Amino acid sequence: MGLTKQDIGKVLAKQGILIAFVVFMIGFALANQRFIAIDNIAGVIRSSAILGVMALGVTFVVIGGNLDLSVGSMMSFSTIVVLDLHDKIGPALAIPAMFAMTLCLGAFIGFLVGYLKLNSLIVTLGMLSAIHGLTLTWSGGKNMDIADKSGTWFSVFGQGEVMGIPVPILIFAALAALLAMLLAKTPFGRKVYAVGGNGQAATFSGIPRARVVFYTYLISAFCVAVAGLLQASRSLGSQNTVGQGMELEVLAAVILGGASLLGGSGTVFKTVIGVLILGFIQNGLLLVGLDFYVQYIVTWVIIILAVWLDVAAKRGRLWSPIA
Amino acid sequence: MSNRKDLLKRSAIWGFILLELAFFSIIGDQLSVSDQPFLAYDNMLLVLKQSAPIGIIALGMTIIMINGNIDLSVGAIFALAAIVMLDSMTWPFMQGLGDWAIPLAWIFALMTGVIMGAINGLLVWKTGVDAFIVTLGAMLGFRGLVFMFNGEQPTSHLNWTLVDFAEAQFLGLHTATWFLLGTALVLWLLMTRTVHGRNAYAIGNNREAAVNAGIRVGPHFVWNFMLIGFLAALSAVVFYSESGSVNPNDGMLYELWAITAVVLGGTKLAGGYGSIIGTLGGVLAIQILRKGLGHIGADTQTVNLVIGLILIAVLVLDRQLNRKGQGELKI
Repeated sequence: MGLTKQDIGKVLAKQGILIAFVVFMIGFALANQRFIAIDNIAGVIRSSAILGVMALGVTFVVIGGNLDLSVGSMMSFSTIVVLDLHDKIGPALAIPAMFAMTLCLGAFIGFLVGYLKLNSLIVTLGMLSAIHGLTLTWSGGKNMDIADKSGTWFSVFGQGEVMGIPVPILIFAALAALLAMLLAKTPFGRKVYAVGGNGQAATFSGIPRARVVFYTYLISAFCVAVAGLLQASRSLGSQNTVGQGMELEVLAAVILGGASLLGGSGTVFKTVIGVLILGFIQNGLLLVGLDFYVQYIVTWVIIILAVWLDVAAKRGRLWSPIA
Repeated sequence: MSNRKDLLKRSAIWGFILLELAFFSIIGDQLSVSDQPFLAYDNMLLVLKQSAPIGIIALGMTIIMINGNIDLSVGAIFALAAIVMLDSMTWPFMQGLGDWAIPLAWIFALMTGVIMGAINGLLVWKTGVDAFIVTLGAMLGFRGLVFMFNGEQPTSHLNWTLVDFAEAQFLGLHTATWFLLGTALVLWLLMTRTVHGRNAYAIGNNREAAVNAGIRVGPHFVWNFMLIGFLAALSAVVFYSESGSVNPNDGMLYELWAITAVVLGGTKLAGGYGSIIGTLGGVLAIQILRKGLGHIGADTQTVNLVIGLILIAVLVLDRQLNRKGQGELKI
């Protein structure tokens, strides 16, 4: 009873992303000792935290069978709003106000996709544009800066440390743990899988599909607000386009983590791995002395290989049967 | 009955354009700070010209979306083709060719687009990975190739013969406009008068049935991805012949603008339904809105807001008009 080709395929499909991750880490570590130094690893996780937090929320949306292309411009919005309000009403009020506004945007999208059953790709594409316009209108197109950069406690979220661990890492880890529990251990989490896996069957078994989809967008918006808070607090000033293009990077991380765009599969843990892979690839390639753009090309190859292996294992053959 | 509905849907975008024109020329001219009326000939010419870069890409995207696929890498192909065109003119052997370097540089750029498209198409065909993911990856990968040329520095090469060509007007219309209209005509013929066009609708409508009818879906996809790669490069050729300088971040989010125009033009994401003429309307509608809001002195930033909301409104209206269309995006 040796391992057949199919068995290997199945193992690869199930844990392929983790295996690839480990291989990557070992390879880079052999190439450059500094890669596995604690401060380097902490640095990578810290700079991945913002993308990571957003990816956590999008994981819920994707498992629920939808897409969210609006997270990038929504993150710009939260960042600009919280920075602007910081000087007007103070940080203690600015943060909840920003969260409330971001959640309103998420609720609007959730309403359109969940209750009105509109196509999520187009709705969030429209919202990408609309929220970008909203941000520009809010800021008047100018960069937003906090007046007194050294005298505010607001910087603690992006720059602070607790017992030597950067706060962004703590927030990312705590949120990941919380959302992982929500997805894996609660009835709500199971409903998200059910709705994404087979929406019709879920409806027939009494799951309120519209409400579940609505909540996935609320969760996504909440994560975006957290990401905006981290971004604003880290730099204490921002352009209007700070989150531009991040929606697709986030999606790449989620897909790399193995969530199917068809919905119904994926986990928070795998998304975290996907985010870290992107971060460590970027870091590792720089450390071995390659130019920054090589990471784009490597990411391209990895995304396609990862999804290809997944698809191939499911259909039991490497090449597609398309005529 | 269904015919009348169909007609209503097909002409909706043109009705919307008329509405826009009426609004901006009647109300807009009251509010405008400019002494030129909105409907002035020059202004309309400019609308057409400025529609060209996104428009040429959107026309190609229509075919991809009628197939039920999507291409997110067009913005990166656009930038890559532009850089190949401008960079190639500085190569030593090209400089010896005088003005003959121009058509050669164009051919290099267009070939780049076709090759990139072919890579996407072959990956979609041979791996069976969905086009959304293949082109999402390619969007990053091709952007990496763009940076290989000059890092984060812009690539510039100003060739006055080229600029003169791009700024020329023939029969009153700008060069870019002719490229847009020419592309629209060719693609319209392709989609309505050829077997390839009929196959595109058939595959988008019901892929399994198309396969059973003997259509080779894989090669068909490859042709279409090569076509949109070519068009993204053509768009770059038209645009950068005039500007002569390309930033490595140029073309970002073009894919999303193109998709917006296609959807406004009535093409269904699920595939099997849509038209080239509709997309042309979608492209013009966006550009008139952009121009018009500028004309009445609205902040240019409101354009994004308005277009986004219109896109969603179109979706809601479409749902009301066509309750039967429960077809959701299948990725």
